[in-house]
Amino acid sequence: MKVLVSVKRVVDYNVKVRVKADGTGVETANVKMSMNPFDEIAIEEAVRLKEAGVVTEIVAVSAGLLACQETLRTALAIGADRAILVETDVELQPLAVAKLLKALCDKESPQIVILGKQAIDDDANQTGQMLAALLKWPQATFASKVKVENGKATVTREVDGGLETIALKLPAIITTDLRLNEPRYVTLPNIMKAKKKALENLKPDALGVDVKPRLQVLKVVEPAKRKAGIKVPDAKTLVEKLRNEAKVI
Amino acid sequence: MSAYVAPLKDMKFAMRELAGLAEVGQLPGYEEATIETADAILEEASRFATQVLDPLNFSGDQEGSKWHDGSVTTPKGFKEAYRKYVEGGWGALPVSSAFGGQGLPRIVATPVEEMWCSGNMSFSLCPMLTQGALHAIELCGSEHLRSTFLPKMASGEWTGTMNLTEPQAGSDLALVRTRAVPEGDHYRITGQKIFITYGEHDFTDNIVHLVLARTPDAPEGVKGISLFIVPKFRVNADGSLGQRNEARCASIEHKLGIHASPTAVMVFESALGYLVGEENKGLAYMFIMMNAARFAVGLEGVSIAERAFQRALAYAKERVQGRDLAGGGSVPIIRHPDVRRMLMLMKSQTEAMRALAYVVAAAMDVGARHPDAKLRQQNQAFVDLMIPVVKGWSTETGIEVASLGVQVHGGMGFIEETGAAQHLRDARITTIYEGTTGIQANDLVGRKIAREGGATAKAWLAHLEAFDGELAKSGNADVQAIRAALAAGAKAVAESVDYIVANAGKDVMATFAGAVPFLKLMGIVAGGWQMARAALAAEKNLGSGDRAFLEAKLATARFYADQVMVQAPGLRDTVVKGSAAVMTVPDDAMLAA
Repeated sequence: MKVLVSVKRVVDYNVKVRVKADGTGVETANVKMSMNPFDEIAIEEAVRLKEAGVVTEIVAVSAGLLACQETLRTALAIGADRAILVETDVELQPLAVAKLLKALCDKESPQIVILGKQAIDDDANQTGQMLAALLKWPQATFASKVKVENGKATVTREVDGGLETIALKLPAIITTDLRLNEPRYVTLPNIMKAKKKALENLKPDALGVDVKPRLQVLKVVEPAKRKAGIKVPDAKTLVEKLRNEAKVI
Repeated sequence: MSAYVAPLKDMKFAMRELAGLAEVGQLPGYEEATIETADAILEEASRFATQVLDPLNFSGDQEGSKWHDGSVTTPKGFKEAYRKYVEGGWGALPVSSAFGGQGLPRIVATPVEEMWCSGNMSFSLCPMLTQGALHAIELCGSEHLRSTFLPKMASGEWTGTMNLTEPQAGSDLALVRTRAVPEGDHYRITGQKIFITYGEHDFTDNIVHLVLARTPDAPEGVKGISLFIVPKFRVNADGSLGQRNEARCASIEHKLGIHASPTAVMVFESALGYLVGEENKGLAYMFIMMNAARFAVGLEGVSIAERAFQRALAYAKERVQGRDLAGGGSVPIIRHPDVRRMLMLMKSQTEAMRALAYVVAAAMDVGARHPDAKLRQQNQAFVDLMIPVVKGWSTETGIEVASLGVQVHGGMGFIEETGAAQHLRDARITTIYEGTTGIQANDLVGRKIAREGGATAKAWLAHLEAFDGELAKSGNADVQAIRAALAAGAKAVAESVDYIVANAGKDVMATFAGAVPFLKLMGIVAGGWQMARAALAAEKNLGSGDRAFLEAKLATARFYADQVMVQAPGLRDTVVKGSAAVMTVPDDAMLAA
């Protein structure tokens, strides 16, 4: 069984993100970049499925600048078998990525696509769902447990009310939540092996996908600084203020 | 408490712009060491150092390793961290592929080792000692010994130790008394060794001790010392573990620092040992690896300095105290000129030490692998000259930086809970083990300068003079200030070298009284040379590169020139004319009681 896993190159989670001076976006020049943590969980899950003998091949894919190759190499070092980069310098929005992934699914015919539920840069949480709609495949988002057997995936999802377990017919889309697994540390031998694994470079045109942005960013600003708090004399005043001033209860 | 962040930008800059990673990647056998591979390795190593090793540093210091009835229990989490280290295959990084290693060059191994040590110095000593022992067996051991021990040591399944010191034989190994009596194809080793780092621990099933001992008819002194492998457990012909050997840990020491690293007293009672190489050549074998070991300890100076700097920086940005001298309200202490001066001293010296260490690491690679014999020889001579400098200067400066780290914290630095004090305590051993600073300086002055009439040092000074021509072309005011400071520093070194060459024979006491000041002078100027190269590279790349980093690099180099390089002429004076009163006060008059 083949699994496709998408990985995104994002500003590292340790970096304090800054808005560009001209307000057009977030500063990424000379900033440490790494794999979106949810995507690391996605790759880890695919590797575990392979280690369990369920999956035979893992294809890691990414879309964006040439530098995304580094992220794909990391995916290969974690355990993906080969990688595909759809290279473009156009700013990619979720729908464009979903269309690219659909084209790759048509080409590769995986049984499962695993994605991070969202990327920590734009927090869109849309690509997996859009891809499911474009492919007309079933989807299980926010997975915290995945079991694959007999042409079926059983996925436990983290929903607002708790946990929900659903069964999906394959092929299907799964997006990962934080508690699905704890990604392994990459080993030195696997870093060295990753260099020798195949990494294909495609252009969006070759897949027949128009990646032009559909949404227009008007302005990006930093959140307002938090104001200093106040001390209240007793619990009664606190409840009163929460009810009447903050209007949260 | 602030967490360790691997200074990857500075590391990569030093590797690429100063040490010549790309050139090392062209050497035969090092083709795997591309910039991309080195980056990927550094990224993963930084993850391991920051997420696994650093979180155990403080707790490891507080808890310490514990001895009970011959066994040692390392602090909570250490055994698990070591297991992860083995799983990661990190021990095999610099090891030859013949024994399951990755065969990567020193210039890639060095920043990785720096990160292990910055994350957790006590932990990092175990892999460091294993590398040293492995290296010795690889260079001097028989085929049988190599195939028996090296694969397991490369994988990290077994660790290695170095058993040199005995109570009466510290810096002077001629006094070693441990005996080795031949018995069939092996020897029986009897004696006591002290200060054995990771001589006993709970990480692995077996420990491979390298032991210096004398055979019954060995000549007196250093010419009668042989090197033996004494495993904790004997190894059967099929590689499985056999009987427990009579190599036991009698106790572990209570120390000023590196509490998590068990420092063992080892007792060998007719323990089974295998001769490494030939009899009576033990010390020569030790010297082969001495360069690597001394370099590794010099790197510890860099590592602790970096860690101490990061902790002080985090505190200085957070701690609000006092008003802005230029007017205004309360400010974090980093806004005060003296605190900033201390932080810049820490930063600039750490970066200078790192750059020199990486440049020497790359020279080791060129010295080992370059197809041109003359270049190999030149690089090896440069390495031999600089090893005592990297060891002595980086560790002395490491202590100074760790001490400044305490100072930046004020009273809180004296309190253990901030973690600043641990770095000072941990750093304190680095100027002592693998040869004290005094030993390094004597090696530098005696073997590396006087013995060859200063040839290698003068070749280096000629290189500095040529480099001055490159600096002269820059129109940047900072670069010109740096150039002037470097020229003055080079002059101070040249005059000191001339003095040493002229006086080492006829006035040995005066010459060696100035050995440590000379070593410091060499370190400061060699570091200043690298900071000048860094400044030039930064200036050249300003338009295209990471502007904030490069501007900071330029300013840091300027600070180093203004505040550190200026010490050079003073040190020269100490070397050349500071010895008059060193030996004159009679021993009995030293104490004015």
